[in-house]
Amino acid sequence: MTKLMFRVVTMIAAVAMVGCQALQPEQNLPLRGTGDLGLIIERATGSVQVVDHSERDVLGRVEGLGDLSHASVVYSRDARYGYVFGRDGGLTKVDLLTMTIANRVIQSGNSIGGAISQDGRYVAVSNYEPGGVNVFDSETLETVLEIPAYYINEQGEKDQSKTVGLVDAPGNQFVFSLFEAGEIWTVDMMATPPEVTRFDAGKQPYDSLITPDGRYYIAGLFGEDGLSMMDLWHPEQSAKTILPGYGKGEQRLPVYKMPHLEGWAIADGHAFVPAVGRHEVLVADMSDWSMVQRIPVQGQPVFVMASPDNRQIWVSFAHPKNNVVQVIDSQSREIIRTLEPGKSVLHMEFTPRGEEVWVSSRDSNRITVYNTRTLEKVKTLSAQKPSGIFFTNRAHALGL
Amino acid sequence: MARRMGDTFRYLLLMVVLTLWPAFAHSAETKTEAELRNFVVQDCGSCHGLTFKGGLGPPLRPSDIEQLPVAAIEAIIREGVPGTAMPPWKALLTDDDMAWISRQLKSGALLEKTR
Repeated sequence: MTKLMFRVVTMIAAVAMVGCQALQPEQNLPLRGTGDLGLIIERATGSVQVVDHSERDVLGRVEGLGDLSHASVVYSRDARYGYVFGRDGGLTKVDLLTMTIANRVIQSGNSIGGAISQDGRYVAVSNYEPGGVNVFDSETLETVLEIPAYYINEQGEKDQSKTVGLVDAPGNQFVFSLFEAGEIWTVDMMATPPEVTRFDAGKQPYDSLITPDGRYYIAGLFGEDGLSMMDLWHPEQSAKTILPGYGKGEQRLPVYKMPHLEGWAIADGHAFVPAVGRHEVLVADMSDWSMVQRIPVQGQPVFVMASPDNRQIWVSFAHPKNNVVQVIDSQSREIIRTLEPGKSVLHMEFTPRGEEVWVSSRDSNRITVYNTRTLEKVKTLSAQKPSGIFFTNRAHALGL
Repeated sequence: MARRMGDTFRYLLLMVVLTLWPAFAHSAETKTEAELRNFVVQDCGSCHGLTFKGGLGPPLRPSDIEQLPVAAIEAIIREGVPGTAMPPWKALLTDDDMAWISRQLKSGALLEKTR
């Protein structure tokens, strides 16, 4: 009896509270967490799918995100909102629970990616046009800071460089690379005003990654064989070249798609990185950054990603050999399986603990889910021209 | 500057040699028009934008390439642009493919289809 009374009172209170507030869409939603959700970019339609990787299902679609030909996502620290960086300079904050656009700004003419700060307060966007990085308040998307990437070009004129490889780093910093200028810049968001420091790097950095502990920032180079590495514990040592001249004396193949350095493929003290213009995955010894091995693969690698347990390295490829994915055993460093998920494979994303991996096939309009232990297909989902897949566990990882 | 001149000279030499040798190493498969359209929008679009407003590569809308004759666009697709991220596509595309793509870019016809 008392229990029933309590329930009635609670219900009345709940109704009263609802009556006081404006009716928000979330009030009709069942309670749920966001830890097993994610977004899949549908690049041709400017939309994203909200997916649930426990159910292996699509929950819904959010439209109106503009040109997503090269799009990526970072998450708010509560993992409710995805910040989608579009090609057309659009920055869209997507609410995964209500499956609506919470906020959207066009912040430049042309952008390539972004990052969220360690403290979750700032979202930074890496721009091609005009070249530089813009920083926004993650709550309101209001501009906090604009960093034009000025440099002196080959003609001796002041110019703005395209920026790439933007990541967050410990100490509430952002780090990014300048493609034409061949530099690495750090931005200290704790300083007032935020402090920018410039470092020389190799020729034409095309993308970068940061190790999961946030110590090493490594930029892949398009303009030379090698990578530029910064030890962020010792910025005074500036950037060093690692794996210099890895293809010395060999003819480089035409590069039909730029490799992507995302996450960090590392196992047994070895780092695995895609070679530019070669059908190889490079293996470096992390103690001295020397080359240990070059693993021949079936095409030019684009993504070289380690499973969360670092036992497997999954590799996707550039056009025209992009209908397959190869799996490398990180210990034997041999290819253990070649999979055919569909036409034009663009991205792979592991579930947080790595029991499954989702693979997007753009021209087959589908996502294939594989079990990482059996390497067998578990399920396929349909999506329109899918590219990047981003699960919300990225909310709690440095550099993602 | 000397380096740039050298590069330009070598590039021109290469272009001349390859123009005089048109049957060079073609292993490209024939694509249907739908496949080719998808290729241009999606794969070229990776660098030039799905609506050709540019990205790592320059914008390719008709107003952006006004000064370039179709033959020049074909040559750029065939041989790429040394020192940049634009690769030569001759191993993957036939001469007809490259001519078709160049005409579509000039007319903007693919843009209307994607809009």
